[in-house]
Amino acid sequence: MPHVVIANRLRDGIVVFLGTSHQWVEKLSECSPAQSEAEEEALIRLGQEASDRQEIVDPTLIEVEEKEGVLHAVKMREAMRAMGPTVREDLGKQAEN
Amino acid sequence: MYQYDEFDREFVEQRAKQFARQVERRLAGELPEDKFKPLRLMNGLYLQLHAYMLRINVPYGCLSSEQMRKLAHVSRLYDKSYGHLTTRQNMQLNWIRLVDMPEILNELASVNMHGIQSSGNCIRNITADEYAGVAADEIEDPRIYCEFLRQWSSLHPEFSFLPRKFKISVTGSPNDRAAVMAHDIGLRLYKNEEGESGFEVFVGGGLGRTPFVGKSIRTFLPTEHILSYCEAILRVYNQLGRRDNKYKARIKVLVHETGIDKIRELVEAEWESIRDGALNLPEEDIALIRARFTPPRYEAPLDSEDELKALREKNPDFDRWVDQQLAEHKQPGYSIVNISCTPIGKPPGDISSDQMEAVADLADLYSMGELRVTHNQNLVFTDVRRQDLFKLWQALVEIDLETANHGLITDTICCPGLDYCALANARSIPVAEKISNAFADHERQKEIGEIYINMSGCINACGHHHVGNIGILGVDKKNSELYQLMLGGSAKEDASIGKILGRGFDEDGIVTAVENVVDTYLEIRTDGETFIETHRRVGDDPFKERLYGASPKTR
Repeated sequence: MPHVVIANRLRDGIVVFLGTSHQWVEKLSECSPAQSEAEEEALIRLGQEASDRQEIVDPTLIEVEEKEGVLHAVKMREAMRAMGPTVREDLGKQAEN
Repeated sequence: MYQYDEFDREFVEQRAKQFARQVERRLAGELPEDKFKPLRLMNGLYLQLHAYMLRINVPYGCLSSEQMRKLAHVSRLYDKSYGHLTTRQNMQLNWIRLVDMPEILNELASVNMHGIQSSGNCIRNITADEYAGVAADEIEDPRIYCEFLRQWSSLHPEFSFLPRKFKISVTGSPNDRAAVMAHDIGLRLYKNEEGESGFEVFVGGGLGRTPFVGKSIRTFLPTEHILSYCEAILRVYNQLGRRDNKYKARIKVLVHETGIDKIRELVEAEWESIRDGALNLPEEDIALIRARFTPPRYEAPLDSEDELKALREKNPDFDRWVDQQLAEHKQPGYSIVNISCTPIGKPPGDISSDQMEAVADLADLYSMGELRVTHNQNLVFTDVRRQDLFKLWQALVEIDLETANHGLITDTICCPGLDYCALANARSIPVAEKISNAFADHERQKEIGEIYINMSGCINACGHHHVGNIGILGVDKKNSELYQLMLGGSAKEDASIGKILGRGFDEDGIVTAVENVVDTYLEIRTDGETFIETHRRVGDDPFKERLYGASPKTR
C-alpha cells in the first residue's frame, strides 16, 4: 500500500502532506506517495526533521490509495483531514478544489 | 450579570501577554511541541483535525452582548465566520491559526474573556442552570456561588495538576437543567425545613468511558461552606485519584472503587480541618459578590396579554414559537426565551458570526444586554418583556434563529465528531442532521413530546449520549462508522445512564432505528406519558423486539 506523511503546519495548523518530491504540500493530490519501504523511511525521517525544526507538528505515515486516478487517504480520519468536514463542503481543502 | 473587577481584568490581560510570549517562542523554534502543548492546552488551544481549535470559556453560561459581539468579531476576522456552542456552555472556534493567537487573546481579554482552564487536568469552566437568577421555579440564584467557585478554582495552585480534568455544575432549582449529576461535583441549592440555604452535594458523576450518576455525599451543606467543602473533595481526589491510568483517573472511578461511604468519611475529616478557615464565606462576603451582579431593571408590567393573544391567533408560526420556546420568569410581565441554535437539518450548536452579532444587538434591545449559553447548545434571553415577544420573534426570523423545537426531538445534543475532532471515531453531526430532517414536521414533534436525543462520535461522550433518553454513540468498526443505540438515559434530577440496546447500525440505519423506537413509544405510551416514563415502565423489550425481532423468551 502506498504511503505519504501527514502533519499540521505549525504556524496555522493547516494539514500538509509530504511525498516523494520531499516538499510539503497542502493537497494530497499534489503528493507522490512512497511505494517502497526505503521511500517510506525517507519520508518518516524528513517528517521528523521538519518537526524537530519546528515547522510542522505530529508527522504521521498514512496509507493512501488511488481510485479513478485520484489519491485518497484510506482511513476515515485522514480522509477527513485531506478533504474537510463533510457537513461543511464550503470549508477545508474540498472548498479549494 | 457579574461585573469583573480590576483583579480579574489584570489576571486575564497578564495571561494573554504570557501566552503571546510563549507563542512567539514556539514560532521562533525555541519551544518544541512536547513543551508547548501543555501551555497551549492551559489556554484552551487544541490541535484538531483541520487546524487549531480555541475553546473560549463562558463562565456558568453568562454572556454580555458586548462579549457576544466580540465573539462575532473574532470568529469573523480570525476564523471561518462561525462558532460552535458546546455542552459545557463554552464556544469553540475550529479554524484558528497559531500566529493569530496573541491578537485573539488580546481581543478576548478586552471583554474579560479567555480560554484559561478550558482544557487540561484542572477545574474546568463552572457550569450552571441557564435560567439562573430569573427562573420562576428557582429557590435561590446559583450564580453567586458559581462566581465564588470561579474565583476559587482559577489558577488554584494546589489543583493545577489533578489526576484528570474536573467539572463542577450548579443548579438553584429542583428542576435540573444543568445535568449536575453528570459532573465530578454537582451542587443542588435548596432551602431546608428551617428555611436555611444550602447545597446537596453530589460527587463522582460523569460520562465518558465509564459513566456514573453522581452520588450524594452530603444532603445539606450550608452555603457558607461551599468552597471549603469543594476544597476538601478536591484534596481527597488529588491525593487518592489514580495517576497511572488516564482512563481510571477521574473522581468517578475513585468514588466507585472506594465506595461513597469511605469517600464521605475522608472528605468530612479533611473538611473538619479547614471548614472554619479562610474559605469560609460569611454573609458579608456573599453580599459583596451578590452586589457585583447588576440587578435587572424590571419595569412594572404592561398589560400586553390581550395583544399577545391576538398576535398569536393571527400568526401561527409565532404562536408555535411562543408555545415552545418560552419559560416562566420569576418577574411578572417578563419571559425567559430559548433561542434554538439547532435548526432543522443543521449542525447543532453552530452559530454564524452574523447571527452572533445580530443576537448581541437583539439582547441589547430585548434582554437587558445579557444572554446565556445552554448545555443543550442553544442560547437564552433571560429578561424579555412580554410586550416585546412579537418584535423579538420577527427579528429572529430575519436571522434564521426562530426554530420552535425547545425540548423536542430535533433539539439534539451533538458533539463535533469526526468532522472536526481528533479524538472522534465516527461523525456525529451528519446523523443529527438526518434525524432532525426525519422529524422535521412540527406537529409530529409535538405529538412525540418531550424527548432528548444525545449523540457522541466517540466514547469520551462530549455529546452526553449516556444521559440522552435516546443516546447514540458512533464507533469505528473496521474503518466504517457504526452507531450504537442506547435507551433510558436522563440528565435531569431523575438522572440515569442509558444502556445499549443491541447491535449497531450504519448511518442511515440509525435514523430508521430512532424512528422505529419513537413509533414503538407512540404505540405503547399511556396518556401523558413522556418517552422516558414509558421506557422506565416497560423496559427495553418492546423496543428491542421492534428493532431486532422477537427474542426467544418473548416469541
